[in-house]
Amino acid sequence: MSDKKREAPREPMPKQKVEERVKNFYEVALGYTEEQAKKEAARCIECPKPLCVRGCPVDINIPEFIRLVVEGKYTEAASKIKEDDILPRMTGRVCPQEDQCEAQCVLGLKGNPIAIGRLERFVSDYEAVNSKGQIPALQAKKNKKVAVVGSGPAGLTVAADCARMGYEVKIFEALHKPGGVLAYGIPEFRLPKEIVESEVETLEKMGVELECNVIIGKTITVKQLFEEGYAAIFLGVGAGLPRFLGVKGENLLGIYSANEFLTRVNLMKAYKFPEYDTPISIGKKVAVVGGGNVAMDSARSAVRLGAEEVHIVYRRSRQEMPARNEEIENAEEEGVIFDLLVNPLEFIGDENGWVKSIKMIKMELGEPDDSGRRRPVTVLGSEFAYDVDTVVIAIGQKANPILLDATPEIKRNKWGYIDADSESGKTSMKGVFAGGDIVTGEATVINAMGAGRKAARAIDRYLKTGKW
Amino acid sequence: MYKILKKEKIGPNLNKFVIEAPLVPRNYQPGQFVILKVNEVGERIPITIAEADKDKGTITVFVQEVGKTTYKLGELKAGDSISDVVGPLGHPAKIDKVGTVVTIGGGVGTAIVYPETKAFKEAGNYVISIIGFRNKEHVILEEEMRKYSDELYVLTDDGSYGKKGFTTDELQELESAGRKMDLVIAIGPAIMMKKISEMTKGYNVKTIVSLNSTMMDATGMCGGCRVEVDGETKFACVDGPEFDGHKVNFDLLIKRLSTYEKQEKEALDRYKDCKIGK
Repeated sequence: MSDKKREAPREPMPKQKVEERVKNFYEVALGYTEEQAKKEAARCIECPKPLCVRGCPVDINIPEFIRLVVEGKYTEAASKIKEDDILPRMTGRVCPQEDQCEAQCVLGLKGNPIAIGRLERFVSDYEAVNSKGQIPALQAKKNKKVAVVGSGPAGLTVAADCARMGYEVKIFEALHKPGGVLAYGIPEFRLPKEIVESEVETLEKMGVELECNVIIGKTITVKQLFEEGYAAIFLGVGAGLPRFLGVKGENLLGIYSANEFLTRVNLMKAYKFPEYDTPISIGKKVAVVGGGNVAMDSARSAVRLGAEEVHIVYRRSRQEMPARNEEIENAEEEGVIFDLLVNPLEFIGDENGWVKSIKMIKMELGEPDDSGRRRPVTVLGSEFAYDVDTVVIAIGQKANPILLDATPEIKRNKWGYIDADSESGKTSMKGVFAGGDIVTGEATVINAMGAGRKAARAIDRYLKTGKW
Repeated sequence: MYKILKKEKIGPNLNKFVIEAPLVPRNYQPGQFVILKVNEVGERIPITIAEADKDKGTITVFVQEVGKTTYKLGELKAGDSISDVVGPLGHPAKIDKVGTVVTIGGGVGTAIVYPETKAFKEAGNYVISIIGFRNKEHVILEEEMRKYSDELYVLTDDGSYGKKGFTTDELQELESAGRKMDLVIAIGPAIMMKKISEMTKGYNVKTIVSLNSTMMDATGMCGGCRVEVDGETKFACVDGPEFDGHKVNFDLLIKRLSTYEKQEKEALDRYKDCKIGK
C-alpha cells in the first residue's frame, strides 16, 4: 500500500483553458473537486515525524488537516488550519508551497509531494461556501485598544489574533479598500478579490473596526494614536516604494512600475475602462523587466489586456528566477516570451516622449553573489535593441518613507526598513510593533502572516505585563 | 462617504466645494493636497487643499472641470457625497520670513497659491501677488488674495478684467522696476511655471513650484507621478509636491501629463454623450 502511495502521481489542478483565460481576468486555477481532494489526501503516508510542518512558516498542523480530508470532514479540516493560519483561502492560493511544506514532504523524493496547498485551498473554500458567517471563538473583552496600521496579510493576522484575545482592534488602511498587496498587487486571476473581501468581513464580524483612507504619519501620527488611547500599535505598512533600474529614459511615457501597472488593473479595475474611470495604456508589444511573481503577474495581466506580444526581460537564467514555477509555467502557457540573460541599458523614446525601444545587453552567469545565485555579468559588445510600446519595471521595492519620516523614534536598519526584533516585532519605540515587508523587505504573504502572528503574541504579553 | 456641505460655481467650469472630511484638517498645513474619488468606479485624483477648518472638520477645494471625474464632481450638489477623501498628503510648503515674497497664481492655481500667500503674510513677509486668468469670468479669489497681499496684480489674457497680459509680463515689470524679490512661489499650469522659473533663474531669485503630475495612490507606492528634479527622479507625491523651479524638468512633466490624453478624451466624450442621451 505504502509503496503504491509513494509512486502515485499528484492530482492535477484543473485550470481554465489557455485560449479562454487569456481573454479574461477570472481565476485560472479552478480548485479541486471533492473527489480529487479525497484522492490527493489519501496519498499522504502519515509520517510519524511529519516534516511538512517544519516547512510551514506558521506551523499549520498539516497531517491532521489532511487526515480530516481523508475522512471527508472538510469543515473541521479548515478549522484545524485556521488555528494557525487565519487566511487559508489566500495562502492556499499564493503560498510558495513548493519551497515550504511541500518541499519537505517525503513523497517529494519521488517527485510527487502531497499537494498541500491545493488541499488547503479546497477545504477553506468548502468551508466558506458551506458554513458562511462562522467566526472563531473570542476571549473575554480586555478593554484595551490595539491599532493596526495597514490591512495586508501581516495587519489582518495581527488584527484577527488580537481580536481573538479580546482586544479592541482598529485597522487603519491608506487606500480606499482593504487588503494591501492582496487587493492592489495580486491579480484577480490568481486571487479573486471576493475572497479578500469576505476574509475582511469575517474580521469585522469578530468586532475588528476598519477605517480606510487614513494614512498614519499624515492623517494621524503614531503619537496621536497613543494620545487617542491605543495601548499598542502594529505597523504592517508593506514596503511600498517601487524600485527603478536607474537607466536613461526610464521616465518616458508608457513605462510603469509594476506597482502602478498592477494597481491600475487590480484595485482600480482599469481593465474595465471606460466602465471604470482609471485608464491604463497598453501597447502591442510589452516588456516586463524582472523575474519574480510580480513580473509574472504583470506579464500575464498585459496578455489579458490585449497586448499582442509580451516579453519577460530577466538578467539571470530561468533557474535563478524568484517567481514560483507554477507562475512561470502559467505565463509560458499564455504565450509570454522569456528573454533571459539580458539587461536593459536604456529606454529610447519617440518625439512625443513615449517609449519606443529598449537597448539591452546580453549577460552571462559568473560567480555566486551574496544571495547564493550566480551573479550576472555583461557580455562585452553584445548590445541589441527591440521595439516596445509599454514597459513594466518589476524589480522590487524599497521602504516607503511616509510613516517613518514622520516617526523618527522608530529606528531603521541600513536598508531603510524598520529595525524590529524578529521574534516579537518590537521596534525602538515603546508600544510599537512591526512586521511584514516593512521589516524584512519584499517577501511572501505567509511570511508576513507569520510575523503578524508573533507580533500579536508579543502585543498580548506587553499589554498583560506592561513590560517592554 | 464624505458629504459635500457647500458647492458654489465660481466661474466657467470651476467649482468650489466644502467637504466634510473630519480627519484631514487635523494635521493639515498649507501646500498639502488630498486624493478624491467620486464613487465606486471612480479614479483617484489629487486636489490641493485651499482651506481646512479644524473645528468643523471640513476642507475647501477648487476643482476645474477638465475630464470625466471633475465633470462628475461638478454635477454634484450640496448634500451629495463622494466615496473617498484621503489626506493631507505631500510635504507642507516651507513658510519662513524671508523678506519680499512674490506669489503667482495662474488660473485655478490661484486656489493653491492662496493659502500660501496667507501663510507668508502671516509669517511677516512683504507679499506681492500676481494672479492671471483667461478672462473676467475666470477670475477667482481676488478679494481673499487682496486681504493677504501688500500688492495685488490681477491680469487677464484678453484684458477683460484687470491688466491685459500674462503673469510673466507682470513679473517682468517688477523686475524691470528693480523691485526686490527674495522668493517667488509660482503655481499654475505647467507651462506657466516653466516660464516663470526660466525668468527667475535669470534674476537669480529662488522659485518654488507645485507640481501637478498624474497620481494614483499618492503615498509613494506607484511612482506614476515621477518627475525629474536636478537630474534625479523624484515622486511628486512623497518628495513634493513643491520643488525648486530652477531644477525641474518641465518638458518631461508636460509630456507625462499627456499620457492619458486619448483615454481622457474618450471617457469624457462618452460621458457627455450619455448625458445628452438621457
